[in-house]
Amino acid sequence: MYKGGRIIASLIIFVAFLTFPFFYNMGKANAGPVNLTANIQKIANTQCVEPAEFMRANHMQLLNQWRNAYVRDGQTVYTNSQGEKFNIDLSTCIKCHSTGTESNPVGTINPATNPVGVSNPALNTSDQFCISCHNYVSVKPTCWSCHSETGGATK
Amino acid sequence: MSINRRQFLRRVGLVSALGLGGSFVITSLRGKKVEAASSVAEYETSKDALVAKHWAMVVDMSKFKTEEDFKKVVDSCVSIHNIPDIGNLKDEIKWIWEDDYEHTFSGGENEYLTESFKKLPFAVICNHCENPPCVKACPTGATFKRPDGIVDMDYHRCIGCRFCMGACPYGARSFNWRDPRPFIKKIDPDFPTRTQGVVEKCTFCVERLADGVMPACVEASNGGLIFGDLDDPNSEVRKIISTKYTIRRKVELGTQPSVYYLIGGGNNA
Repeated sequence: MYKGGRIIASLIIFVAFLTFPFFYNMGKANAGPVNLTANIQKIANTQCVEPAEFMRANHMQLLNQWRNAYVRDGQTVYTNSQGEKFNIDLSTCIKCHSTGTESNPVGTINPATNPVGVSNPALNTSDQFCISCHNYVSVKPTCWSCHSETGGATK
Repeated sequence: MSINRRQFLRRVGLVSALGLGGSFVITSLRGKKVEAASSVAEYETSKDALVAKHWAMVVDMSKFKTEEDFKKVVDSCVSIHNIPDIGNLKDEIKWIWEDDYEHTFSGGENEYLTESFKKLPFAVICNHCENPPCVKACPTGATFKRPDGIVDMDYHRCIGCRFCMGACPYGARSFNWRDPRPFIKKIDPDFPTRTQGVVEKCTFCVERLADGVMPACVEASNGGLIFGDLDDPNSEVRKIISTKYTIRRKVELGTQPSVYYLIGGGNNA
């Protein structure tokens, strides 16, 4: 090969450069949710607004439907597939899924991004709500830039 | 192991057909999962909700005379809707406020109106027009007219273009030039705040109507603001409007405001 040594050396440098982010972040960024399997099993039989299986796959779609129904159509009550009724309100979610801390003042609590959030075991069946999974998949929902956690600091 | 052109094209066609077909199968499978639960689930309005065909408001001018009359009404709105007090006019956010004659009724007035009328303070809010120009101007549908006549805002869809502010002849809309949260005296967690870059305005307290209570300003006004269904001949607003002298802001523009100002409601106004 004409100038083979240089070509191969450059190729190696190029590939090293290309894969640098993967090696650099190895074992760091992709540290997944802690005890995810155990936590999922813990809540496996509890019922959210819809069955846990459905919620896990479609919670964002459901939230979108709720938002449109409440804001645009003025429909504030949701009847789930089992005929049970829920108020369309983020506080319906937060009743069970909460990562707020007492030290956080009202309005600054952000269960989606707050990394120091400690769950309240009395209210909460899972301390893995929002933050751990969403950080893991690098999804940053902006819900909490407007919505506050109900009850805020007192809860 | 060389192939000719015909074989090559045939294989390429086969592979792309497989790829496309496979992606259709996968998306249809994923789509079904969402529909499965949503097809049985239902959305409805709350049983407690107050309903009307056309919500309207009457402002009894005889009840708005002192600073205190305005303050209690404005404060009731500010506290439950997390309205910030930024402290300068450019960034000001207002849903209901006090304004003078020049900014409210000027334009189509009678030439020799009494001077006393021109000096009155007026309580002004979004007029929830029947032909809302803001709704026509909005490119994303973020502001929309509900079937009950309320012109509502969907902050999720607002892109902050401010066309609606240009379209509104009443100046009823405010833009969040900066993050409002630090300027809110006490955040009410039951109502969302807004973010930088969205427009906001009075919504006739749709969230309260859904729970079966009257708008906050109406409750705080001590009878100065009367709220009801304009389409119902027996409602208080309808009776006032059909028997007493009321005026509306800038009717000549054809927007058909739903806020009426009752003149001479008390002994004299």
